[in-house]
Amino acid sequence: MTTHTTTPAVPSDASWDDLVAAALLGTGRRTPPVTPLPGQDTAAALLDAAALSTVRRRAGLRPAAARPVPTPAPPDPRPALPSAARARLAMLLADRSAAGRGSPRSAPDLAELLPQWLTLANHHGYRAPDALLPALLDAARARTDLRPEALTLGGPRALWLARLNAEWKFALRGGVGRATMPPEGAVPAVPPADPSPAAGPDTDGRSDGRRLWEEGLFAERVSLLSAARHHDPAAGLALLSGTWATERAEDRLMFLDSLRDDLCPSDEPFLEQALSDRSRNVRATAAELLSALPASALAARMAERARGCVSLTATGRIAVEAPAACDSGMQRDGIVPKPPSGRGERSWWLGQLVEATPLDRWTEWFGGLGAAEIVALPVVDSWQADLHAAWCRAAVRQRSAEWSRALLGAPALPPSSGDAAPAVWRDPAKLLSALPPGERAGWVAEFIASHGLSDAFRLLGVCAVPWAEPLGRAVVDALDIARDAGSYPWSFSGVMGLAERCLDPGQADRLEVLTAIPDEGEDAAPGAGGYWSEAFQRLVGTLRLREAIRAELTPPMG
Amino acid sequence: MNPQGERWTAEQVLALAPDAASRTAGGKLAAAGPWSGTGARGPGIWGVCAGSGSMPYRTVVDLGRPGYRCSCPSRKFPCKHALGLLLLWASGGGVPEGDEPPEWAEGWLSERRERAADQAAGRRDDAGSGAGGGAGAGDQRPGGSAGGTADPEAARRRAERRAQRIAAGASELERRLADLLRGGLAAIDRAEYGVWDETAARMVDAQAPGLEARVRELAAIPSSGAGWPARLLEECALAHLLNQGFLHIDQLPEELAATTRARIGVTLPVAELLACAEPVRDRWLVLGRQDSSDGRLTTRRVWLRGERTGRMALLLSFDTGDRSPEPTLPTGLLLDADLVYYPSTRPLRAALAERHPTPPKADSERTVPPGGDVAAALAVYGEALGQDPWLEGWPVVLSGVTPVPGDEGWQLADPTTGLALPVDPRCAGRTDLWQLLAIAGGRPITVFGECGHRGFAPITAWDPEPVPLTATPARGGRR
Repeated sequence: MTTHTTTPAVPSDASWDDLVAAALLGTGRRTPPVTPLPGQDTAAALLDAAALSTVRRRAGLRPAAARPVPTPAPPDPRPALPSAARARLAMLLADRSAAGRGSPRSAPDLAELLPQWLTLANHHGYRAPDALLPALLDAARARTDLRPEALTLGGPRALWLARLNAEWKFALRGGVGRATMPPEGAVPAVPPADPSPAAGPDTDGRSDGRRLWEEGLFAERVSLLSAARHHDPAAGLALLSGTWATERAEDRLMFLDSLRDDLCPSDEPFLEQALSDRSRNVRATAAELLSALPASALAARMAERARGCVSLTATGRIAVEAPAACDSGMQRDGIVPKPPSGRGERSWWLGQLVEATPLDRWTEWFGGLGAAEIVALPVVDSWQADLHAAWCRAAVRQRSAEWSRALLGAPALPPSSGDAAPAVWRDPAKLLSALPPGERAGWVAEFIASHGLSDAFRLLGVCAVPWAEPLGRAVVDALDIARDAGSYPWSFSGVMGLAERCLDPGQADRLEVLTAIPDEGEDAAPGAGGYWSEAFQRLVGTLRLREAIRAELTPPMG
Repeated sequence: MNPQGERWTAEQVLALAPDAASRTAGGKLAAAGPWSGTGARGPGIWGVCAGSGSMPYRTVVDLGRPGYRCSCPSRKFPCKHALGLLLLWASGGGVPEGDEPPEWAEGWLSERRERAADQAAGRRDDAGSGAGGGAGAGDQRPGGSAGGTADPEAARRRAERRAQRIAAGASELERRLADLLRGGLAAIDRAEYGVWDETAARMVDAQAPGLEARVRELAAIPSSGAGWPARLLEECALAHLLNQGFLHIDQLPEELAATTRARIGVTLPVAELLACAEPVRDRWLVLGRQDSSDGRLTTRRVWLRGERTGRMALLLSFDTGDRSPEPTLPTGLLLDADLVYYPSTRPLRAALAERHPTPPKADSERTVPPGGDVAAALAVYGEALGQDPWLEGWPVVLSGVTPVPGDEGWQLADPTTGLALPVDPRCAGRTDLWQLLAIAGGRPITVFGECGHRGFAPITAWDPEPVPLTATPARGGRR
């Protein structure tokens, strides 16, 4: 049975179908429509005829009619990967499917390097090799954390491909796009409110961008909006506000959230309007974004409310009078009236007011004191924990290095310093992320030098990669100390894994000495030396690999 | 650089890996870290790789007549050490040129050199005597001429005994087929696999591996889905044709007899082939490669296309575990070499006789091979079938085709002519069609594959670098 469309002429007097029918029935039951040679069995004669017919039909096959071909994938003008980088990506993706089994403990874990590879490749603005798109989509399907970078690298062709295979639907669902510049001309150069003739088919980039915005998949729209915002915040906002009224609530929320990265003061009127949105989540997000704009009217209203609650006494102490009610104005500005169970509603409201108050105001109100001095002021009654926690959230939201620094305090102090202050409100990792990268690394380095590695995992996670000095040195020293103390390396596997991915690859040579198997000390765990040697081999190997990856992805000069 | 004048790219090296796991493992060994004592001289590359055991592995690769040896216990071919060493060499650093190879490497390399020289010399000698003898053409049967040391009379008797065994096997299969047709295909109990198993075992006894493979295929057809009776009749008929061919082999023209013998599974030893056939020199482009395994034996197919002659060639090699299949030629490589075709009415299978130094490829030469259209592909298959009725497919470069996915099967469509070739449904799971689709992006591309009666089986696509379309096991399940 062939899949071709035509049935060529059958040579013998019997058709192929007749021969098949005869074969099904059996020559013993009915004489087949063939003429045996003298002395030949009818079964053999049937096989002769079938052989002739088979070869003739196969030799005479004709092409089938072509079905419509898929619409061509949109062009992707980004540069192709250098060939070594392409081979590397193929290897990283293959390792994912091989699942790393059977490799020695001292070998680098390639799957863990994939996120970094993708980020770096996107940083250089490469496009994915077409042939690797299926493997890339499969990887992104299996690991949600890879999706934004994988789909960015995949670009328009990945989405094109995903539309043809139900297994890659996730790529079309959205929440996955990331701000990169799409191809030249895909971003509207002017706000789409500008009256231009509808359906200028592919003649100018402007209507292309607008058409994509109006008709595109959600993922494409998010990605387009982010890119447009990045390029020109006002133009991006105009794009969004043009269709805002017709968007679904969950889409409005996602679009609004995507404004966060490139938030600017001119967004205020739009956000202020969104405070009256039908959806509660949209209202809350709009309020949050407005409070991150210190000059906004909402921030001013919040500041006014907070000022009535928190004051500096004549004796230099901070007095707190929590709000007595949560009126409709407060609620419109995003204050959530109902506290989580176990919390008093007045302290809950206070926390939200302080959190949304521009931090500069405290200096203004407290006679020009700096953040460090204000944080050091005693707080009456037992309001310190609530007040400091709210300031921490404000410092993170408003990205204030000064306040983060003051609230973090000295890294050498125990994390739960202070008599009454419970450490729970402190989230050093979040506060750290508001500090400049160098200072962040320095703070964590000092923290590790004082407290060791056991509490450092989350802190290390917010440090910029590759780790700046003295952080890298601090981590390596701490690992060295842990080894000398005789513990097993897997007690530190989390930090070790981070170090593999985050240490400066230039450290590889310096770390080489650690790969030697040390003489076993008296109190060391049995065999620990060998395991440490393997762990450090893996660390050095991974660093060398990352160095190679970096070199491979660096665009050739000129 | 080596005397062949090329340094392979990392991609070409990776294309040699037998599977994804080896690719990854080789990649991990592509750093200088585990290696010591590496070097390259002439066609040889060697190095010592520290592994997990106490003894480091000694790896040596011969690029001249590509092959490798490694002291590791892996049965993968090539093993990860050979891949890692080649990658290290391909990266340009880590393998110094020009040193004297260590004894263990030199021993193997020189052995291979001598063997190559022997073969070349043997061919020349024999070509001379053949020209003198003239009348011996009809006697060039297996074991008939060269081979060197063996007693020709004993060899002839051995060949005769084997021919008798095969004839007995073919007759038995004929009886089995006639019984089947007499009883009717509809009467087949689909669970009757055991009967076929027995017949297959008899074909093994008859030393007819080609017949054994056909019997195993016949056994599988009744459970292969709709349309099986017609497919079963086709395959029964072709098996019958093969049996009849062998039973009347004395009446066949020499070339058709050779084709029949090859289909039965009687192959000419390479040394004998090199001795009796005329080499074809050309610049051969490696079009693609495919490994298939039946559990015991891995068969590697490498397809070549001659630049000057336009001829296709197929190099077959087998990995039985104790013997490395050769050669290791990465897809996209262009090599200046002498090939010797196995005698056949439609010669395709060939052996690599000798490689000549190839000047480095200019960038302008890194091109996609020229291809034909859909109708031409079917025509060349049809024509080949006239000469070898058992051909399942013929290697073809198709150009200007766009892959079209579909639930009822994929197509390679030519929008300019409105004609299409269906993709062979047996490709699912073996070929990464989605990769093919991604490379095309809805536009026409060039694809190499086999064009056969079930459709076209894609093997390589160009983007414009050659991309082998082998499905990785992890993605095998994707439809």
